[in-house]
Amino acid sequence: MFRNHILICGGTGCSSGNSHKIAELMEEKLKKEGLQDEVKLILTGCFGLCACGPVVVVYPEGAFYAHVKTENVDEIIDEHIIKGRIVTHLLYKDPKEAAKETITSLNDTNFYKKQHRVALRNCGLIDPENIDEYIAYDGYQALAKVLNEYTPAQVVDVIKKSGLRGRGGGGFPTGLKWEFAMKQVNDIKYVCCNADEGDPGAFMDRSVLEGDPHAVIEAMTIAGYAIGSSQGYVYVRAEYPIAVKRLQIAINQAKEYGLLGKNILGSNHSFDLEIRLGSGAFVCGEETALMTSIEGNRGEPRPRPPFPAVKGLFGKPTILNNVETFANIAQIILNGAEWFASMGTEKSKGTKVFALGGKITNTGLVEIPMGTTLRTVIEDIGGGIPNGKKFKAAQTGGPSGGCIPASHLDIPIDYDNLISIGSMMGSGGLIVMDEDNCMVDIAKFFLEFTKEESCGKCTPCRIGTTRLLEYLEKITSGNATLKDLDDMEELCYYIKDNSLCGLGQTAPNPVLSTLRYFRDEYVAHIVDKKCPAGVCKKLLTYTINSNCKGCTACARKCPVNAISGNVKEMHYIDPAKCIKCGVCMSTCKFNAIEKK
Amino acid sequence: MKTLAELNAIREKMKNQINNRESVTSSDIRVVVGMATCGIAAGAKPVFAAFNEEVAKRNLTNVKVTQAGCLGMCKLEPMVEVYVPGKEKVTYIKVTAEAAKQIISDHIVNGNPVLKYVIGNE
Repeated sequence: MFRNHILICGGTGCSSGNSHKIAELMEEKLKKEGLQDEVKLILTGCFGLCACGPVVVVYPEGAFYAHVKTENVDEIIDEHIIKGRIVTHLLYKDPKEAAKETITSLNDTNFYKKQHRVALRNCGLIDPENIDEYIAYDGYQALAKVLNEYTPAQVVDVIKKSGLRGRGGGGFPTGLKWEFAMKQVNDIKYVCCNADEGDPGAFMDRSVLEGDPHAVIEAMTIAGYAIGSSQGYVYVRAEYPIAVKRLQIAINQAKEYGLLGKNILGSNHSFDLEIRLGSGAFVCGEETALMTSIEGNRGEPRPRPPFPAVKGLFGKPTILNNVETFANIAQIILNGAEWFASMGTEKSKGTKVFALGGKITNTGLVEIPMGTTLRTVIEDIGGGIPNGKKFKAAQTGGPSGGCIPASHLDIPIDYDNLISIGSMMGSGGLIVMDEDNCMVDIAKFFLEFTKEESCGKCTPCRIGTTRLLEYLEKITSGNATLKDLDDMEELCYYIKDNSLCGLGQTAPNPVLSTLRYFRDEYVAHIVDKKCPAGVCKKLLTYTINSNCKGCTACARKCPVNAISGNVKEMHYIDPAKCIKCGVCMSTCKFNAIEKK
Repeated sequence: MKTLAELNAIREKMKNQINNRESVTSSDIRVVVGMATCGIAAGAKPVFAAFNEEVAKRNLTNVKVTQAGCLGMCKLEPMVEVYVPGKEKVTYIKVTAEAAKQIISDHIVNGNPVLKYVIGNE
């Protein structure tokens, strides 16, 4: 019997903040104080509030310590564990309610209050490397229920009725996909899990695998039973070492318990699971490319049909679902299709996990019911935009998605609404941008990414993205004409219509959506030769105003000697020499340098 | 593992170990044990353990045993406060492991505070 449980976040975010060292020090300290049998120490998955990491939670009080450093370890143990006094100065403080008292419990924070955690239910709550803890939270009960009470057709029926749609971005109904595969007659079928999360800024699949790997294993076993498959593959990118390690531990434990393997729980269902590592090619997140990669070939997509449900991995019927989709399955089986369908909007049921990033106070992972407005996510859960800046746009769907301007902040988030305003759900990256972001520059950033990641198999994508990037570079350097803008738009539609796979078909989206909502910024770059946000270097000029005291600090720091002037006299920047690095601006103590 | 019964056995065994990982909610009965230096010196640790064991044994999921700092009257330690929602809190003094078991059975389960240990009755 332990009197306290100390939960330390062992997700990737907090790990890079040294949480493993904190855990080590705590263990030492507990041993030193003779408390190792009274206090349980657990490294969990991601809590979601990565902006406050490393995070440590002490139960039963539920005290939520943020930004914990190695030197705080002794204080937490001495004060909280030994003397029972919560260390208030280390507790999480809500940025919006800074004046009020600090918040002790996790559930009281604005960040968690409006969330509804289904896929992330166990993240930050259980020890992901201990199967017993997963079982304690009803783990593998859904599998037992399915094997004992349901026929495969009934499983498919429950998933269909729940209205669950693919969380990888496409939004295809999961139950329908399973049904297609179930109806195929073949003695070998496969279940695959797509954990090749490649969108810049998205990390929800990683967090599920790191925090609750058994949820994915259980769901894949259920899927195997539903479609009649006995072999599964999880395709994880090699850049997620913690996720890979915990998933492997989880698979080994499940095998040891007989929850993977032959005749699971005394039934006729046998299922085995293996991990395949992806080497970081973005296109391998596309289903046909992913399967080609598992087969051991170069990761390139192929035309569909035939769809994977008919002819997939090794030419056999295959289903491929995203990590987050699988994370919902066990809960749907246990709580019923009606429970799941009661959340969300008419056509998008359940919840969705978003990775909040960019210019936002609470960077981290949030799970909200479908239909929540973007405003709630950004202002209430995300804590708004730091430094009093103004919201400009939110980017969803990564390189395949688009930007949502302030005028659409009150739109309820679901698959169809996002598509209707020119963006898409995508895997769930949500990047917030403020007035200091240049939309042309953002479009260029994503195009650089897709151009780099295009596999090169089809011409519209390979050449098209390259040409598109050239247009954007021409615009950001001030050499474009308005005709270029029209030509660029036409090229966008050409790429969309003619590319082989999802990568090319969606690659122009960042350009099209910024053109739709921020055309004036493009025009400003072309006609006025100015970047309104002051980002595009080639369109900037640095000048010195009359605040200059002649201290010579900038002239000494300038790497190209572009600044001249005598001591105690106003200085001058030679625009021909200036490389617009901005060093002078950050050096000047008198606000004498202006950027236009 | 070959049967559902085995799976359930692990679940039940583990449930007792993890049930203090849920935060206290307003409908829970809270048992707060003073665990400052004074309390521990007076023997609060076995009392705390006794409360936890008893709660686990009886499977009282709505009872949350937590520790607190010094309650201020060190000479009366070990002190325990019991908060039942909707009722005034009851403060127990000089609690022993035996008394803890009695508090659980009489006060928390049956609703009769154990007057013998209530402050003011010494």
